[in-house]
Amino acid sequence: MNASTTLVYDGSFNGFLTAVFVAFDEKINVADIQKNNQTQSGLFSETETVFTHVEKAKRVWNGIRNKSHNAISHVYFAFLSETEGIELMLYNYIQKLMRDKNGKYLDYSDSTVLHIAQLAKKVGREKHRMEAFVRFQLTKDGIYFANIEPDFDVLPLISKHFRNRYADQKWLIYDVKRKYGIYYDLDHVEMVSLNLKDIHHNRTVKSDAFANVEYEYQTLWNDYFRSTNIASRINPKLHVQHVPKRYWKYLSEKKEAV
Amino acid sequence: MNFDRIREKLNILADAAKYDVSCASSGSNRTNANKGLGNASKMGICHSYTADGRCVSLLKILLTNHCIFDCAYCVTRKSNDVPRAAFKVQEVVDLTINFYRRNYIEGLFLSSGIFKSPDHTMERLIAVAKKLREEENFNGYIHLKSIPGASDELMYEAGLYADRLSVNIEVPTVSGLKLLAPDKKHEDFTKPMEKVKNEIVRYTSERKIIKSTPKYAPAGQSTQMIVGASGESDKDIMYSATYYYKMYHMKRVYYSGYVPVTHDSRLPAIGTQVPMLRENRLYQTDWLLRFYGFSVKELLNKQHPNLDMDVDPKLSWALRNLHHFPVDVNTADKRLLARIPGIGLRSVDKIIKARKFRKLNWDHLKKMGVALNRAQYFMVCDSRYWERRDLDADKIKGMILQNSTGKFRDQYSTQLSLFN
Repeated sequence: MNASTTLVYDGSFNGFLTAVFVAFDEKINVADIQKNNQTQSGLFSETETVFTHVEKAKRVWNGIRNKSHNAISHVYFAFLSETEGIELMLYNYIQKLMRDKNGKYLDYSDSTVLHIAQLAKKVGREKHRMEAFVRFQLTKDGIYFANIEPDFDVLPLISKHFRNRYADQKWLIYDVKRKYGIYYDLDHVEMVSLNLKDIHHNRTVKSDAFANVEYEYQTLWNDYFRSTNIASRINPKLHVQHVPKRYWKYLSEKKEAV
Repeated sequence: MNFDRIREKLNILADAAKYDVSCASSGSNRTNANKGLGNASKMGICHSYTADGRCVSLLKILLTNHCIFDCAYCVTRKSNDVPRAAFKVQEVVDLTINFYRRNYIEGLFLSSGIFKSPDHTMERLIAVAKKLREEENFNGYIHLKSIPGASDELMYEAGLYADRLSVNIEVPTVSGLKLLAPDKKHEDFTKPMEKVKNEIVRYTSERKIIKSTPKYAPAGQSTQMIVGASGESDKDIMYSATYYYKMYHMKRVYYSGYVPVTHDSRLPAIGTQVPMLRENRLYQTDWLLRFYGFSVKELLNKQHPNLDMDVDPKLSWALRNLHHFPVDVNTADKRLLARIPGIGLRSVDKIIKARKFRKLNWDHLKKMGVALNRAQYFMVCDSRYWERRDLDADKIKGMILQNSTGKFRDQYSTQLSLFN
């Protein structure tokens, strides 16, 4: 039996797929797949660094996609969950997928398959939440700006949604936790990293970065939010279930509650 | 923009519109065109939730709350002494666009009190939608209210700009309508529904031949009924809901627990509790009818005209029909699986896919998310352990209630509370 090896990749999805390719190609007995900034070498395994190779990554992507479109989106979504040890679990999942005849990804009685499906579901839910909870604020230079702090790395997943929807305005969505954002310049979306001096969540103090009319519309929106509530049906538990408190500081309608 | 005046109007007209429960922003197929603003694609989005737990997905306002009618259940009826206001067309357009650009909403839900005449009101609603579509190149979701009694020509025009049209039947029985809304006739409600239905049928058939047929209300039509205002039974409500689903191809029928807004001897007094549990059971029934393959006669009939409050309608049906059970989850067909209490459609889907690979046992089902506390009495699986005792319906119900909690439990529990 080969000695087991820990593969180290650069943390990108393409890097991970390349690692999978290398493992299959060289028939490596994989001990673990780790990001290069958080490696932990095992006692009985060697370490090998994998350099991201787009062509190789593409072959793995296509290979999984040919098995099933569902499986490739499960793999991608679950990867973005950034769960500890997700790489090895995905590697096992891909192995199962490739070994088996068709339809393995549907075997919800297999614990790996079920777990990946559930993770993907979680990430999908977070994606949908971000599509709902992004609150743009109009800056003085005419850019609609929003801060978010999602549980998972969903920016790559939501960019298409916002590009299709706000095709005629410049916008920037910035992930405070992961320190990068996506910016749309009326033509295409690109990734940006900024050095933000302060994070613009909904403080009651006005910032001079934003247009005056911005605060008028925030007031109107907050008013609307309050008048559309039916007091005799109050249900705080359900409210918090739908809008968990960790998102409140970026929602302008919850300004006073934070 | 006269900010303070707009603010005042928005407060009045949003407050008056909130009793309309329809909030759906899904089911349309309008995509962004010519790099314009908005995209009302298939999936709806709830952008926020109010403190009562209801979703905010559309800017839901009245154009005006001036009304010539005097319907007892309605907060804007003419005899009610409330502040009145009216938006200009441009004001609604500005609000919608600016809220939409900030990702607050999915679109506009515009309703109105009836001023002058139904046609006059409908024309103004259409003017807003038309302006949004043609001048602002807005592709978001627009839900327009069909004004009871509006003419066919206007209903046709409305559908060209709106994604969804709705007219609220409000009172589920004709006799109730006579009592509570003497100015309105039943036909006033059904005529616009009929027109919209026919136009949708025409649009879908013509579109198959000519791809460029202008869209007509792609998200269909819906209606709403008030629950608990005029003493109707659950059977009355669900039978008439079924009628509207069938006759007018409704996408949704909404049930709105009546919130007392007025002192009127014909209605529950102010301060009466909103029948939220009953509303919840009606929605559960609605789902069973639309997705689980139940027919309304099975759930509600002469012997059983009202839904059980302490258990959900599916469990209640199962308890009355124990001869169908137990069901073997490893062999039963989809239709039968969906009838097991505690197994929802997502679980059904997972079970059917997973059982091709191996026989399923309790552990598998539990991990998939089946509510075994209810399901265990009605099914068998690949295990030596299952409920062998010959339990009768009351016994099963008792055991399920004992081993579970419910958010409405305190409203119907027969057990006295120790501290009060």
